[in-house]
Amino acid sequence: MHSNPSSMEQTAIAELNSTFISGATRTFQWRETQLKSLLRLLTEKEADCFHALYQDLGKSKLEAFKDEVGPLKKSIDYTLTHLKGWMSPKKAGINLLFFPAKGKTMPEPYGVVLVIAAWNLPLNLALEPLIGAIAAGNVVVLKPSELAPATSSLLAELIPQYLDIKAIKIVEGGVDVSQQLLQRKWDKIFYTGSARVGKIILAEAAKHLTPVALELGGKSPAIFDFQSLSSNVEVAVKRVASGKWGTLVGQACLAIDYLLVEEKFASALIDMLTKTIKKFYGESLNKFSRVASKRQLDRLQKLLKDPAVADNIVYGGSVDKDALILEPTILLNPPLDADVMTEEIFGPILPIITLNNISESIGFINSRPKPLVIYGFTNNKTLKRSILNGTSSGGVLFNDVLLHFLCDELPFGGVGSSGMGRYHGKYSFDTFSHEKAVLDAGYLVELEARYPPWNSFKMAFVRTAYKLDYIGLLLLLIGLKRYPKVHKD
Amino acid sequence: MGTLATPMTSFSSSSCSTELVLPHTRYSNQFKSERSSSAVLSIMAEEEEREVFDANDATLLVEELRGHFNLGKTKNYEWRVAQLKGISKMIVEKEKEIIMALQQDLSKPETEAFVSEILLTKSSCEHALKSLQSWMNPEKVKTSIMTFPSSAEVVSEPLGVVLIISTWNYPFSLSVEPVIGAIAAGNAVVLKPSEVAPATSKLLADLLPQYLDKTNIRVVEGSVPETTALLEQKWDKIFYTGNGRVGRIVMAAAVKHLTPVVLELGGKCPAVVDSNVDIQVTARRIIAGKWACNNGQACISVDHIITTKEFAPKLIDALRTELERSLGKDAMQSNDISRIVNLHHFRRLTKLLDEDGISSKIVLGGRTDEQDLKIAPTILLDVPEDSLLMTEEIFGPLLPIVTVDTLEDSFNLILSKPKPLAAYLFSNDEELQKKFIENISAGGITINDAVLHLTVPGLPFGGVGESGMGAYHGKFSFDTFSHKKAVLRRSFTGDSTLRYPPYEPRYLGMLKALMNGNFLRVILVASGLYKP
Repeated sequence: MHSNPSSMEQTAIAELNSTFISGATRTFQWRETQLKSLLRLLTEKEADCFHALYQDLGKSKLEAFKDEVGPLKKSIDYTLTHLKGWMSPKKAGINLLFFPAKGKTMPEPYGVVLVIAAWNLPLNLALEPLIGAIAAGNVVVLKPSELAPATSSLLAELIPQYLDIKAIKIVEGGVDVSQQLLQRKWDKIFYTGSARVGKIILAEAAKHLTPVALELGGKSPAIFDFQSLSSNVEVAVKRVASGKWGTLVGQACLAIDYLLVEEKFASALIDMLTKTIKKFYGESLNKFSRVASKRQLDRLQKLLKDPAVADNIVYGGSVDKDALILEPTILLNPPLDADVMTEEIFGPILPIITLNNISESIGFINSRPKPLVIYGFTNNKTLKRSILNGTSSGGVLFNDVLLHFLCDELPFGGVGSSGMGRYHGKYSFDTFSHEKAVLDAGYLVELEARYPPWNSFKMAFVRTAYKLDYIGLLLLLIGLKRYPKVHKD
Repeated sequence: MGTLATPMTSFSSSSCSTELVLPHTRYSNQFKSERSSSAVLSIMAEEEEREVFDANDATLLVEELRGHFNLGKTKNYEWRVAQLKGISKMIVEKEKEIIMALQQDLSKPETEAFVSEILLTKSSCEHALKSLQSWMNPEKVKTSIMTFPSSAEVVSEPLGVVLIISTWNYPFSLSVEPVIGAIAAGNAVVLKPSEVAPATSKLLADLLPQYLDKTNIRVVEGSVPETTALLEQKWDKIFYTGNGRVGRIVMAAAVKHLTPVVLELGGKCPAVVDSNVDIQVTARRIIAGKWACNNGQACISVDHIITTKEFAPKLIDALRTELERSLGKDAMQSNDISRIVNLHHFRRLTKLLDEDGISSKIVLGGRTDEQDLKIAPTILLDVPEDSLLMTEEIFGPLLPIVTVDTLEDSFNLILSKPKPLAAYLFSNDEELQKKFIENISAGGITINDAVLHLTVPGLPFGGVGESGMGAYHGKFSFDTFSHKKAVLRRSFTGDSTLRYPPYEPRYLGMLKALMNGNFLRVILVASGLYKP
């Protein structure tokens, strides 16, 4: 499907609507079939997926599997294992007063949902939410990122081959297509990307009271408590390096954006980091993943060109314009009001900010918008506690990087400006479901006190009943309990 | 935001300029007293009734509360317990005053007020106190071989400073219930009660500072200007109860700061009635869910009934009989139901009756008394589908009955309208019950009764689609005002060099095996015995 005609889109949405109304997507069988097909797609067309990711972003096979295909397959497996349980109603406790009423919650799909993916993990960020939407029984329009065109085309080609085209549709295109899509009323919108666009989507959603999940980003800090790490410091440095440059050279919402360390350890850390970079990637530039596009490269170079920042480059800075490669670059104490310290970097530049005492990192982080994740490299229990209780972020990871993304049982999402809503595992199912409350009252017991005309007896009954004072109730009913006069009876 | 700039007369579903709504433009006293010098205090004394709480005041208020929140006191278990106990104490000690305010604002009968406002909030409070420790405990979760060795948990933390905008029909409980949740979750709170229930608003503004920690919990009274000023601020969550029109405004205002919102809205809650029911009990329960519910002025009261052409006359007869039993021969004289809240709503409701072709459909009631703001319980039979009665949320004592050939036809009728906050089915047919539950989408469903699901703390209370987003009550209140933070702890033992560049060829094979949970393969690859 291409950028316009909106009449084509209208027919498509109409088809989705009628598919949903028919109830086809509500059965376990349908959902299971779709998920299994998706799994087959990722297995049979793995090479095509790798190729598209390489074309779009220069991603190596390893990174493509590690960050995109692998987690997707794992998620589908996990979902298939648990789906039946997730779909079944959950009992709710009812107090004895309402006996024999039975209460439960039942998940139901929202209906017609819109998923908009980002460009840096173009396959994963399109399909991971799709898994949740399907598992929850919705019909879906998926709009992959136009900034990863090979992946977008691949999805447009493969999804109709493997999945139910009456229920799942791919719409390709850029801003104009997104804007058009956003004019409609959706039953849910799931967006991954920037806060700027997140706000545009939220504003459109507000017109229709559409619930929205926004997976945004921010500046995710790493707190590096050099002292407490002692003999672990080498491994910690390796992990920091992979948390910055190991995932598309920092073009990930979970990448370490900047690092905080005590002043006295800064040079040792920089030394170790630069040695690690050389060990990981060698001396030449060609081992690094490239920056996604010329526009991105220009943006990153601009961050470094700020004269106040340029002076603080302690490593790197070289660029291969044709290959779109920016060397891992380390900054030491750039000005805090420079763009590199106020905007999300999303690239291979690592500012290191020094503090007198590592405990100051708490205040530093708290004076900034809530990030998607905080990485705490420390063996100090007190500092760990301070980080956990003293800061707020989507998630916290101690002594490693990125891994919580792989945990099916952890909610993945932001807070404040890093987003709203969460997914992965059951949270994906939940985010695309409405949890409906169902009370099945009985005809067995009739409580007179529920109905007018009101009188003192009924009032006394109600008071006693809510205390769950069953003896009192009995006494009241057989006339042995006294009660105050109220009303005008 | 463009929508906020549009001139509006009110944020509630009433307009300001009526005889019975006091133009409330003063704000809560304790706000100024916290930060003023005596000079400001004396100015305040003169201008008390005319001060307007504007955007500047709102900004200062939020800054102040955020400063207090950042000191960390509200995160403590002890603080939360103290506040919840304070609310409980307030409800017990001031029960009379609360009931009187509800009498003033709504002519709510004492027992109804007691059950729906006093009891519900008191038991919510007690439930929260009992459960708080377990709610606050981190939830340990399983980790897989992918991150081995590691431990993971989900930690609940407060969002920060939250805004709660309440409404007029259950002005006490719809204010206090979300406040309970916000406090239990450890937030600082600003409550904006509805100006359409001015006596309760004033009572809350007076009582909350007396019983609760006013450095972290505030009440701001007022109407559109005050609410607008509040909505421009950066909140960590906004909880709004009211109608869809204002719900959109609230959500639009929240966009600027990416503030998550809960919207508890309304809709046309249908009750489908089968012929195989105990008709007398059914009629009584419909009455309980309509006229005994603030005289139909409740978001989950039965809006209209759908039943078969055959059964309708029997149902009407039963309702007639039971109405007389409950409210006496002349319901207009009864003090056992609330009045219509104000003139604006009275006129809104009479307009529904005055529409062309409607009065001939009245089978019971129809009398109105503008002086006393009373409208008799009124039942109408088969009003046109496109009439106002069938397109707008009624929110009053008018009950249209729509007849269908078979009950299955009712499903299409319901599905053709926006998703309501609640849907009811009275039937003993288990197949029909099952179909209803599976096919009707609503915030909540009660079978063989009405309204009751609201009272169960184990059930989430909230809407879907036009009836809202988010839910609360019981633990759901705690959750809705919390951020659930994912925490993963890793150690440095067993660090595999495979995961760092330059990557060995076998690393890809190992990853594949890992993600497939294929342990044997993992071991073989790791040890070099298997080269994929």
